Amino acid sequence: MAQYAILIYAHDSAHAPDATSADLETCDDHSDELAASDSMLAAYALTPRDMATSVRADAITDGPFLDSKEVVAGFYVIEAPDLDAALAIARTNPVVRDGGGVEVRPVHSSYLKPTAS
Amino acid sequence: MTDASEIEAAVADAHRREWAAVLAATVRVTRDLDLAEECVQEAYAAALRRWPAAGLPDNPAAWLTTAARRRAIDAIRHDAALRARLPLLVVPEGDSAEPARGQRAADAEAASARLSEAVPDERLRLIFICCHPALAREAQLALTLRLVCGMGVPDIARAFLVSDPTMAARITRAKKKISVARIPYRIPRAAELGDRLGAVLAVVHLLFTAGHTAPSGPSLVRADLVEQAMHLARMLRELMPDSLDVRGLRALLLVTDARRATRTDADGRLLRLSEQDRSQWDSAALAEAHEEIVGCLRAGPPGRYVLQAAIAALYAQAPSYDQTDWAQIVELYDRLLAVWPSPVVALNRAVPLAMVDGPQTALAEVERLNADGRLSGYQYLHAIRADLLTRLGRAGEAVHAYRQALALTTNEPERAFLVAQIQDLLDPR
Repeated sequence: MAQYAILIYAHDSAHAPDATSADLETCDDHSDELAASDSMLAAYALTPRDMATSVRADAITDGPFLDSKEVVAGFYVIEAPDLDAALAIARTNPVVRDGGGVEVRPVHSSYLKPTAS
Repeated sequence: MTDASEIEAAVADAHRREWAAVLAATVRVTRDLDLAEECVQEAYAAALRRWPAAGLPDNPAAWLTTAARRRAIDAIRHDAALRARLPLLVVPEGDSAEPARGQRAADAEAASARLSEAVPDERLRLIFICCHPALAREAQLALTLRLVCGMGVPDIARAFLVSDPTMAARITRAKKKISVARIPYRIPRAAELGDRLGAVLAVVHLLFTAGHTAPSGPSLVRADLVEQAMHLARMLRELMPDSLDVRGLRALLLVTDARRATRTDADGRLLRLSEQDRSQWDSAALAEAHEEIVGCLRAGPPGRYVLQAAIAALYAQAPSYDQTDWAQIVELYDRLLAVWPSPVVALNRAVPLAMVDGPQTALAEVERLNADGRLSGYQYLHAIRADLLTRLGRAGEAVHAYRQALALTTNEPERAFLVAQIQDLLDPR
């Protein structure tokens, strides 16, 4: 088994601070499905592009790092036996049918701070 | 003792015919493309050394496979520690579980013994991994030539007009992605087979096209690429005899290549279809293609390749250019457009359309495609426009269109052809 990160590219994130549960229904359904399938290791939904701040050596600017039509709206990490299996999971993301897409990247290594119990 | 040149010919023949099968079987043992390649290369070198004294083996492929696998097992045993750190190819079926790192050599031996009896053809795994959609098209082409056809890196580099180090780097990068991203070494499942086979056929077709009319350079044809594409099409036909697309592509390549000898004259000057000597066409290839196309059309609804082959075959079957069945060709183009709505197909349809409904109608169609913009960088759009304008007596506009085609053309014989057309229009004799 190997780990893959799936980066979600959309015009913008649906997860606005004031998003209603109706706004997030498609995303949540997909997330529930993945969690149930046991392949998902972690998932992060990011706030919309207006909340982003970019940092370069000479400046701090408002907005996403790349000025493009799509931004990273969120990402998750899955476990899959091979790339074909990872791509099959990635393809089920609702953003693929909604004008956006996903990028699949093999994970090299990761760190999560152990939570205090 | 056997004659040395006879042995050399036998090894060369086994290289052409069996490379893919020997490599594919060896990859199953090594689970590493580089090591497998090295072992297969050594096995062929060993054949050159041993066969002169020992005589030709009854089954050269089996001899080569055994030799390559034995080397692989030795190498794995020898370098167990080093290899334990390398990412191995993912082989989903057959091997029930990932082998423990320490047991690699023993596992390879067991796999080797088990696979000797295996029936399904391993070459398909190799073809599908080389043409995986996660690899860029140029990497797919290079990997297929290297791993499936056994072509040397310098030859591949020359065929695509890049330097050896550039091509070597391209192949290395693709192999690294295969192992790091874990592109599996398997035949796609039924549900994904259509898409994945489409990529394989596109690679074979592109190789053929790149050879049939070389993108640039002094000669019209790159025979090495054409031959590798024909070889791949034949191999796929043997491995997937039920696929109409595979059979269609094979027929398309047969028909198109049957005209190779007549496409230029003795001086390398490009000849139009109407000027070519039909008696010199490869009639055996045309007959084989015809049988294949008829079989496909009977077997089910024809896809893109079967229809393209049928169109090419109709052009080739006419006793003379003037006796071509233009109306039926237009009809086949309509069916082709329905399954493959490509602007290039629409453009090619304009050629027989001019014969059926006249150059004025065809020109209107080409102008519509020109306005659309997607083909504005496609030299043949301007060349076809120029030809139709010439036939309509609009010489000035025709010269302008030929010049547009010329500016986009890099193949020398094609350039010479266009220059001659312009000269004829400017200076009618």
